[in-house]
Amino acid sequence: MTNPFGKKGQMTEAQQGFTFSRRLFFLGATQIGIGTLLAGRMAWLAIADNEKYALLAESNRVNLQILPPRRGWIVDRKGKPIALNKTAFRVDLIPDRLIDKDGVIGQLSAIMQLAPDDVARIQADLKTAAGFQPVPVAENIDWETFAAVSLRTPDMPGVAPSEYFTRFYPAGASVAHLIGYVGAASAKDYEASRDPLLITPGFKIGKAGLEKTQESLLRGSPGAKRTEVTARGKLVRDLATRPDMPGKPVRLTVDAGLQDFAGRRLGLESGSAVVLDCATGGILALASMPAFDPNSFSDGIGRLEWKMLQEDDHIPMLNKAMQGLYPPGSTVKPAAALALLHHGVDPEEVVVCNGGYRLGNRTFRCLSRHGPMTMRSAIMKSCNTYFYAMGRRIGYDRIAPIARELGLGQEFALPMPSQRYGTVPDSAWKACKYDKAWSQSDTLNATIGQGYVQASPLQLAVLAARIASGKHLDPFLIQGEQKPIRPLTIPPEHLAIVREGMDLVVNGEGTAVASRLPLPGIRMAGKTGTAQVRKISGAQRGQTGAWKYKDHGLFVFFAPADAPKYAGAVVIEHGMGGARAAAPVAKSLMTYMFNPEQAMAELTALESNWGGDVNSRMARKAAAWKSADARKSRADETAQGSVDDSEIRQSSEPDPQTMTPVNPEAIATPEPETASTPPHSGAVQHPASPPVAPSTAPRSGDPS
Amino acid sequence: MTDGIIPTPLRQLPWSLLLLLVALGGFGAVILYSAAGGSLTPWAASHAIRFGIFLMLAIAMSRIPESWYAQLAFPGYVMVLLLLIGVELLGAISGGSQRWLDLGFIRLQPSELMKLVIVLATARYYARLPGSALRTWTGIWPMLVLAGLPFALVMLQPDLGTATMIAVGGVTVMFLAGVPLRLFVGSGIAFASVLPIIFSMLHDYQKKRVLIFLNPEEDALGAGYHITQSKIAIGSGGLFGKGFLNGTQSHLDYLPEGHTDFVFATMAEEWGLLGGLAVIVAFVLVGRWGLNVANRATTRFGKLTAAGLSMTIFYYVTINLLMVMGLAPVVGIPLPLVSHGGTAMLTVMLCLGIMMSIDRNSRIRGSL
Repeated sequence: MTNPFGKKGQMTEAQQGFTFSRRLFFLGATQIGIGTLLAGRMAWLAIADNEKYALLAESNRVNLQILPPRRGWIVDRKGKPIALNKTAFRVDLIPDRLIDKDGVIGQLSAIMQLAPDDVARIQADLKTAAGFQPVPVAENIDWETFAAVSLRTPDMPGVAPSEYFTRFYPAGASVAHLIGYVGAASAKDYEASRDPLLITPGFKIGKAGLEKTQESLLRGSPGAKRTEVTARGKLVRDLATRPDMPGKPVRLTVDAGLQDFAGRRLGLESGSAVVLDCATGGILALASMPAFDPNSFSDGIGRLEWKMLQEDDHIPMLNKAMQGLYPPGSTVKPAAALALLHHGVDPEEVVVCNGGYRLGNRTFRCLSRHGPMTMRSAIMKSCNTYFYAMGRRIGYDRIAPIARELGLGQEFALPMPSQRYGTVPDSAWKACKYDKAWSQSDTLNATIGQGYVQASPLQLAVLAARIASGKHLDPFLIQGEQKPIRPLTIPPEHLAIVREGMDLVVNGEGTAVASRLPLPGIRMAGKTGTAQVRKISGAQRGQTGAWKYKDHGLFVFFAPADAPKYAGAVVIEHGMGGARAAAPVAKSLMTYMFNPEQAMAELTALESNWGGDVNSRMARKAAAWKSADARKSRADETAQGSVDDSEIRQSSEPDPQTMTPVNPEAIATPEPETASTPPHSGAVQHPASPPVAPSTAPRSGDPS
Repeated sequence: MTDGIIPTPLRQLPWSLLLLLVALGGFGAVILYSAAGGSLTPWAASHAIRFGIFLMLAIAMSRIPESWYAQLAFPGYVMVLLLLIGVELLGAISGGSQRWLDLGFIRLQPSELMKLVIVLATARYYARLPGSALRTWTGIWPMLVLAGLPFALVMLQPDLGTATMIAVGGVTVMFLAGVPLRLFVGSGIAFASVLPIIFSMLHDYQKKRVLIFLNPEEDALGAGYHITQSKIAIGSGGLFGKGFLNGTQSHLDYLPEGHTDFVFATMAEEWGLLGGLAVIVAFVLVGRWGLNVANRATTRFGKLTAAGLSMTIFYYVTINLLMVMGLAPVVGIPLPLVSHGGTAMLTVMLCLGIMMSIDRNSRIRGSL
């Protein structure tokens, strides 16, 4: 047997005592040792790591509530606000202070008339919310409701009515595409920066336009409300509050008055207007209509309103001034004329117009028989034959560089989310893109701004401004961002000849004589353009048929003709002619710049025919949509509802062919059966279904 | 010896120890006053009253001759063991795990008393064991049974901390009695090798505590919350603390169990490193006094008992402080004399009473 105790020994009492003393000493040493270890550990925590733990204790104790900063204003060239902050009222629930949850929600829904959907959302939010992170009940409520709630807060613990700031655009829709709008940050935005400010209730960031591109300037930095809280989130007391740092203002080159005027003046049309300052290139106005109301975006847009914007065939969400591309038509004839002069064509050389130009066995038509034409009269009368003949003589490869020098095909350094820059074709471009040789007919088409040529309204405005000033102007939007200006490579004497031709367009016997400025001593010069949407077929020529096949109306202009201060471009989609649709708008804009009262009086008269200004028209349209939607859902249940799209189009828009003012009653109170159907669908959007000729369509709302 | 004005029984009291104890107990009351948000209720007043009563009890116990304790060691052990079994049965009947008996003024945990009687019983056994038997099986196995039974019972409750303390208390006395060193080394190695098996037998919440102890930050809001918040309280106190009644961790309820197991963290937040060092030094002095009593004791039972009880108090303090400083898993051992809670204080006071009796015994013998 093995002995587990090793050597067999007997312990005497003395040995036992000795062993005990030794082991007792060992235990005593252990006590001292462990005591030292504990003291060392504690010193490590309390001295070496003190800073870290003090911070952790502080972050336990203090709850930071972010106060969203006030957004910087956007102001016009004179400091007039275009986008500002408005005090608004909201009601939140503080979960931790709620005692009687259901009772309070019941009382609130009675006072504020909350919809069942809202109540359900609040209940759901409350379930996931903790501590005193506020749960929003309603935002942007009116003062009466706010007052009613505030009055009863002592009886409703947990309800927190408060003031906050919401973005406000006094001009509404007319600045929509220029300024953009704000909205709550998306989950993607938050993931990119992890900034807790982004998920603070009520905080908005720029979502489009200048609001988006100038975000870093406009945002400011948030304040903080510090409160002491217990582990369970119970509020102990309020600590010092750090105020917010408001965002910086952004000053634009825009003239707020002109911008609003331009938006309103475009009226019921789908189009855009751009006005530039000829001295600097600063953008005075950049309007695109129809548009949306940026105010309704800043409060969170409703589902129905969004649907309405999406389904409109006039595309209110598109900034047509920068993203719309059109064949510029005859508006580029001045550019062609400059190229002709550059390549030695005598401006007095005569081309006889017999109503067309023959190339091989094909005839390129002119608008009429103009007879003998020189360069100036060809611009004045917009004679295609002259430009066909002369363009063919020098070839489009010699015209294209001048078109580019004047801004076509160019992308400008503007603080806007996107712009399209179109096409200035030449033989190399065509070879590259289509692998085909440039033909003579390509030259003829391009010379009169058809075929492959495409330009945006902004580019056309730059073209007008460069011809008017003789300077290579670059458009800019924000004060102080002007680039150095160099003169054009084009000789001033050539520009003078073209400017004379453009003066005659309005003030001679040209195509836009109806749009002379009603101001003594101030003349506007310009050039009309009518761009075909589809190929000329027979006699129709884009003057009849469905709206979407009608010709675009364009006009480039500058004023005063002898010493240009302003230049610009107006494009009316499917306006059927530059002289008819676009030039009158340009006339109004220039009248406004020199005599605002007179221009306003004219606009007011027009608007009374259109059924009110743009914001009230849009509000009414939205209301009609809402009731139509409600009725539609009811109609769907009973499987009824006759649809006649052409009727609706007639009631909500003027007759584009005649520009006869539609009785405002027709828009204000559409007949029930027409209002019960969505306005834009079916025949209007799909070319396959036969369009009803507008002239024969019944005017549903016309009482006569 | 001259008879002074002070009567002999009073003069014979270990005044330095009593001063230390009153300082610790009083400091405990002060901390509990702050933990309650500056209020005597619910903890500080009852703590002070209980402390006073138990201190009187300990002084009274010091008058009982040491030999009585030796006589009572085995009967006491059997009684507490029966109580343990009784609690276990009661828990099984009521369908829950109950660890205490309600005596009205105090909820008595038999497992707490076992920490005391295991030392007495082991000391008694080895005091009577002839030196020749010490290095044989006879010197070992009865003690393994004596300590193993209550250890198993308490583990069933389950209470890992208390069970460990019971076992370690018995083993400490065996070590002092002179059981060969290689056995401790050998079983230490064996224990380390079966540790994974023991770990696998632990309850889920116990496993979790051990794992969280190894990495508390991983689950700072969940199960690691206790340790994390305790470290924050101690660490944020710094050298001098945040000041009396100014602790935020305890007052804003971030520190859980701030009046019981984590009372040291509550103290350290307001009194800083200096307060902590004072408490540690006080307990080391109490331990030193106990070991001195053991050294001076004239009987083998007295030597073993005094040293064993001194170490028991020391284990209490060590396990608690290691836990609150994040060096040991959360096991639920309070800081004796300072934490609110009756049983641990009672156990420690009984220990001290017996040690004072041994001290008195040796002084009387010495003066003879």
